[in-house]
Amino acid sequence: MKKFTTHRGVAAPLLRINIDTDAIIPSREMKRVSKHGLGEGLFAGWRYTEPGGRRPRPEFVLNQPAYKGASILLSGSNFGCGSSREHAVWALVEYGIRAVIASGFGAIFYGNCIRNGLLPVVLPDAVVRQLAAAVAADPQACPLTIDLQQKTVVAPGGGAFSFAIEPALQEILLQGLDPIDITQKMQRRIASFETTYRRRRPWLFEPG
Amino acid sequence: MGKTLFEKIWTDHQVAELEGDTCLLYIDRVFLHERTGSIALQSLEAAGRKVRNPQQVFCTMDHIVDTLPGRGDRTRVPGGEAFIQTTRSASHSAGIKLFDIGDPGQGIVHVISPEQGIVQPGCTLVCPDSHTCSQGALGALAWGIGSSEAEHALATGTLRVNRPRTLRVDFEGRLPPGVGAKDMILHLIATHSAAGGAGFAIEFAGAAVRELEIEARLTLCNMAVEFSAFTGLVAPDRKAFDYLRGRPHAPRGRAWEQALAYWRTLRSDDDARFDRIIRIDCAAIAPTVSWGTSPQQASAVSAQVPSPAAAADAAAAKSIERALAYMGLEPGRRLTDIPIDAAFIGSCTNSRLSDLRAAARVLRGRRVAAGVKAICVPGSSQVKAAAEAEGLDRVFIEAGFEWRESGCSMCFYAGGESFGRRQRVISSTNRNFESRQGPETRTHLASPVTVAASAVAGRIADVREFLR
Repeated sequence: MKKFTTHRGVAAPLLRINIDTDAIIPSREMKRVSKHGLGEGLFAGWRYTEPGGRRPRPEFVLNQPAYKGASILLSGSNFGCGSSREHAVWALVEYGIRAVIASGFGAIFYGNCIRNGLLPVVLPDAVVRQLAAAVAADPQACPLTIDLQQKTVVAPGGGAFSFAIEPALQEILLQGLDPIDITQKMQRRIASFETTYRRRRPWLFEPG
Repeated sequence: MGKTLFEKIWTDHQVAELEGDTCLLYIDRVFLHERTGSIALQSLEAAGRKVRNPQQVFCTMDHIVDTLPGRGDRTRVPGGEAFIQTTRSASHSAGIKLFDIGDPGQGIVHVISPEQGIVQPGCTLVCPDSHTCSQGALGALAWGIGSSEAEHALATGTLRVNRPRTLRVDFEGRLPPGVGAKDMILHLIATHSAAGGAGFAIEFAGAAVRELEIEARLTLCNMAVEFSAFTGLVAPDRKAFDYLRGRPHAPRGRAWEQALAYWRTLRSDDDARFDRIIRIDCAAIAPTVSWGTSPQQASAVSAQVPSPAAAADAAAAKSIERALAYMGLEPGRRLTDIPIDAAFIGSCTNSRLSDLRAAARVLRGRRVAAGVKAICVPGSSQVKAAAEAEGLDRVFIEAGFEWRESGCSMCFYAGGESFGRRQRVISSTNRNFESRQGPETRTHLASPVTVAASAVAGRIADVREFLR
């Protein structure tokens, strides 16, 4: 998995509340049994003029020249709510988004981010709006800097905002770890728990 | 100090405490479906990893499979066949029990898991599907995950989980006539916002919840994710035990007695502390219908479309403005004056036998209004068979509904069937997101009886007028 240590990039504001994973990647864009080929379908319903089409809708933020190459999204509360589809994260990552900054995230989406090297940053709405304002004049010349080690977002003017993240999750992102590998190191502990547990709750393990 | 039901189940499954608030939890059951399970199984295989406990893993075909009669692997969803066939071959090679197309046990995952007795009180169950929280209705700790987490659960038999806080929602008093579990959960979300449950495991409690039958509790817990909760659950009681007794995967004989003795301990202690409590007076709940593009944008059916000016804050006002433009509605319009183009009864929220019976009571002797496309999709092949055995299919068909095979169907649009652009659908499903049921389709969420009444009226209708 791609590590996340520090990142400096163009930030695009999509300041709506409750942006759901159906909006991030419509179901009709999940065409193959694959984690790839999803970047094109990112925000398809908003990004293109026609369902299934690929003609850009000029007013959509990611289609505006000012936000070309955006790698950070600024959004409203409850970003990524709804469907568990990890395709939403795969689409964001393939498009080139490295971090999403919002005042809250859908819980499953948040977990999916961590598994794919995408950093979800939780900051208060007022700060998100402040960051959006700070980059608005010239987004290309005013990138945001995110330092995961320090847990800060630095605005172009220099103001730094601290955010919180569970230490275990921070470590996974910093090192680019695969959680399955980490857990498999605890194999013996799992096996011993399982043996006792099966004795304690035998009915769960008898063939139905 | 006493423990909450959630804490009891959590502690029982705790393999290890990791850093911070994260624990390694033992997972009793993994359920998969062809949409996201296919990818999880394929990716696991590609990484050279094995399913640790195949006998604890189950799979169904529900998301992509057609619901038209005579269906096979070919579906109207472009590329759908590949999802179905990958799931089938990967399930077979991993040794997983699959409820395949044509299997009498096939159906929507959150309908068949309880129906088969696979989910049980006190167990942990995960599925790469957000509505897994439905299954908390049996007193299990069940929650939705992503595909990568599903791989983790399959490979290790565990998950690393950040411990949520606890919230008890007390539904006090009695539900008025025409009001059910769907209205309760829509009311809760409309009152406390779609993010109101973020970070919480919710225990649904109170007299009205105890009164609910298991199928209605499944509806209530189903939309905990629409409230952004980690999950929802209900303390298992005699109704839950009676529901499970004799189901194919439920314990039998001595194992049943052993299980029952444990299940009876699964309730929050009287002195247990919750991080938050919400109280709702059921007398204040009316049949509830959504008018916007988030489940929080819902009101009593007797209300009017609200004005953005009435919103709690600027962000909510903007969201209402956007939603009304998408929905083609203007503030001040009475919800019951809104004409509909289509009506849909189905999905993991409301497609169980009791839902179909209740809708059929409204439809019996009535006809769907001219020009309204009406579809009923039973939640499982068993629900379909049971409904047909009591003649409900005739009631739906005679009223003008299509009667389908089971599956997720038109709850979401995956490139196959949709209701059409700007078509207005009253739907017993769980998400009214933009383009969820088809590009630019306008969805109004409601209970199955409200959907049935609206189908007959040709506009959003107050079901209470049909019960007189």
